[in-house]
Amino acid sequence: MEDSEHKIVSFKTYGLVLIALIIFTLFSVYVTRLDLGNFSIAAALTIAGLKSILVFSIFMHLFYDKKMYALMVLGVLVVMTIVLIITFLDYGY
Amino acid sequence: MSEYAEHDHYDHEGSKLGMWLFIFTELLFFGGLFIVYAVMRYKNGTAFEFAGKELDVFIGTLNTIILLVSSATIAMSISAIQMEKKNLTMALLGVTLVLALVFLVNKYFEWGAKIDHGLYPGSATLQQFGHGETLFFGLYYFMTGLHALHIVVGIALILIMMVKVYKKKIYKDRFVQLENIGLYWHLVDIIWIFLFPLFYLIA
Amino acid sequence: MDNSNLPSYLEYKGKYKGIFAWIFSTDHKRIGLLYLYSIMAMFLVAALLGLLMKTELIAPGKTIMEAKAYNAVFTLHGITMIFLVVVPGIPAILGNFFLPIMIGAKDVFYPRLNLLSWWLYIIGAIVAISSQFMGTGSPDTGWTFYAPYSFKTQSNILPALIGAFILGFSSILTGLNFIVTMHRMRAPGMKWLKMPLFPWTLYGTAWIQLLATPVVGITLLMVVAEKVLNIGFFDPTLGGDPILYQHLFWIYSHPAVYIMILPAMGVISEVIPTFAKKEIFGYNAIVLSTMLIAFVGYFVWGHHMFTAGMSETSLFAFSFLTFIVAIPSAIKIFNWLATLYKGSIMLRTPMYWAVSFLFVFMIGGLTGMVLGALATNVHLHDTAFVVAHFHFIVFGGLGFAFFAGIHYWFPKIFGRMYDEAWANTGWIIFFMGFLTLYFPMFLLGIQGMPRRYYDYVPEFHSTNIISSFGAFIMIAGLIVIIINLFRSAKKGEKAPKSPWGGKTLEWTIPSPPPLENFEEIPEIK
Repeated sequence: MEDSEHKIVSFKTYGLVLIALIIFTLFSVYVTRLDLGNFSIAAALTIAGLKSILVFSIFMHLFYDKKMYALMVLGVLVVMTIVLIITFLDYGY
Repeated sequence: MSEYAEHDHYDHEGSKLGMWLFIFTELLFFGGLFIVYAVMRYKNGTAFEFAGKELDVFIGTLNTIILLVSSATIAMSISAIQMEKKNLTMALLGVTLVLALVFLVNKYFEWGAKIDHGLYPGSATLQQFGHGETLFFGLYYFMTGLHALHIVVGIALILIMMVKVYKKKIYKDRFVQLENIGLYWHLVDIIWIFLFPLFYLIA
Repeated sequence: MDNSNLPSYLEYKGKYKGIFAWIFSTDHKRIGLLYLYSIMAMFLVAALLGLLMKTELIAPGKTIMEAKAYNAVFTLHGITMIFLVVVPGIPAILGNFFLPIMIGAKDVFYPRLNLLSWWLYIIGAIVAISSQFMGTGSPDTGWTFYAPYSFKTQSNILPALIGAFILGFSSILTGLNFIVTMHRMRAPGMKWLKMPLFPWTLYGTAWIQLLATPVVGITLLMVVAEKVLNIGFFDPTLGGDPILYQHLFWIYSHPAVYIMILPAMGVISEVIPTFAKKEIFGYNAIVLSTMLIAFVGYFVWGHHMFTAGMSETSLFAFSFLTFIVAIPSAIKIFNWLATLYKGSIMLRTPMYWAVSFLFVFMIGGLTGMVLGALATNVHLHDTAFVVAHFHFIVFGGLGFAFFAGIHYWFPKIFGRMYDEAWANTGWIIFFMGFLTLYFPMFLLGIQGMPRRYYDYVPEFHSTNIISSFGAFIMIAGLIVIIINLFRSAKKGEKAPKSPWGGKTLEWTIPSPPPLENFEEIPEIK
């Protein structure tokens, strides 16, 4: 079977991603301190989403691995989202 | 494997796929809880915001950063093993382990303080507050508790990895176990990335 | 590649002796048989409970048990049949045995994990059934554990919940194992679209096992937390939401129906071409419809809750999705019929089962449409009609397919032929009993007889007598089938490599197969 080469990700990349993650974290704390009404939780969750994209793609190597893994993760997230939306058809409408 | 001992089944890609599938299971496991959270919050918005004030944002932020750093160090340990730097791998795993323990210690004090204030499921204080607050703390203990349980399992797994690296069972050409434990640890991190705003930042 | 000189997996001597050579074996074929025996034992227990229920219903009022005992019996019947028999059923028995062989592999990807799944199954079974014998009385919630009753009831519900949770893990690990096996261990040259259909349906099933089971896992854990810690997720008196429990429960338990039926469809897709002596008609359509069922089947759970008080939007959405999911199932039916068309049909035992599968499965499917429509559902909800419908699908669909499969692969599994005259006799008794048992329940349901009651009004008496009578006929057929298979496994004639002229890889190796199936991994052209 075809095996992908194992790419060695440099410490520098990991370091930069870590710094970005920490900045995102602090920023999300800052944003929710502002009075944005309903947008503050939306902003915090958007930032959490960006953070998880970073973790998935760099720390978990989805960016470097075969595309199959990224597709599977995407598929699972799509299923979860649809389930959440359909559940909310009962509550929101 | 007794009957198969003579066969060598090492398949890096396959093992990694297996781990990813397990991670999907975990995602849906917590996914069920996130659905519950979403519905409960939708129905008790103000009470959740009020109850969220009880949580300490500083400890929450600190713990988030601790987990992020530990995620980075375990990722680096995988690069280190590929570069055949055994001692560096051990050191990085050691740092991850210590950070995980610090996270748990923080959590212990955080929970302890809450329980001292009478904020735990079924407590008299919570019943005075009302339904929304009861549900908030119910979810808080259930979700962070389950997450903490995953950290405990992670600590055990990282320890096993350190022993295996030390004994050279895991080395440059055979590191998929370490990579898989790394994936698990990142998953624990991702779940916390979402728990943090949902509980600490909604006040 | 003649490897008939190797000892078969049944004779092979490993590190352990006696029973340990089985319960510690990591050979996928031995694990398949472990599942066969344990699941069959559970099936017989649960079938006996069903017979008790039918005996109780033979006359209005108390016949052989009180209401409380009846509640306990249908709960245990449901838990055992669903979690211990039909969900593991075909994947764990036939899938374990034939998946690796059909894709040309020596074993599954994780042989030890496979053994662990079986152990988890046994542990889960013991924990779940222990609820009957200790504590404060048998669970009486039905297999659905609906909140808030499930944590308010005085009966001994915790072991049942924890048992179901453990069984969920067993199911997840089997699914995970199968997916990796199919991704990594297909024989060289076997592209995805050259894989036989039974493995394909197992692939779809495995994804549902992987993605749906954890949701019920967490839900059961929440009910446990509810009972032990009094948290209030689903308790209206604490602000919780019992409907939310139903959502979460059916998010798993509806896809679980597809965990049951997809592998059954896979078995039928193997049996029909072999006995029609034709290639399957529309291979690609079957593959596609399998994956579609797996995907869409995930989003239709709400049709179990039409009368629970959901919003109108979700009523429409779920009803619509339910009708959508019927399409791929119908595609399969047409494919099977088209395969039979102008085929050279051999009517042997597996084919009898397969053709009767088509018959009962269609009745089950079409009555499902009746229940999926909003207006009729209100009338038929929680009546005997529903019970008849899902027994046609689950017992008719999966049960018939399982018997088709076991009669199809029996010569390969045990290396011996069975007595076909007895097998056919068993089939016709069973089939007639099945129809006599469940068909009247459609009528009872339409007339308004509710399910899960030990008593009924006198108007329903005569129809109930017919139904109960059918139960006894069906059990008689079952006894004939099982005794015949047991005898034949020991005393039957030696089976040739390929008694039916099947085209898939399992028919190219000796019956029973040697320990590692293939001496040389076959190459597919």
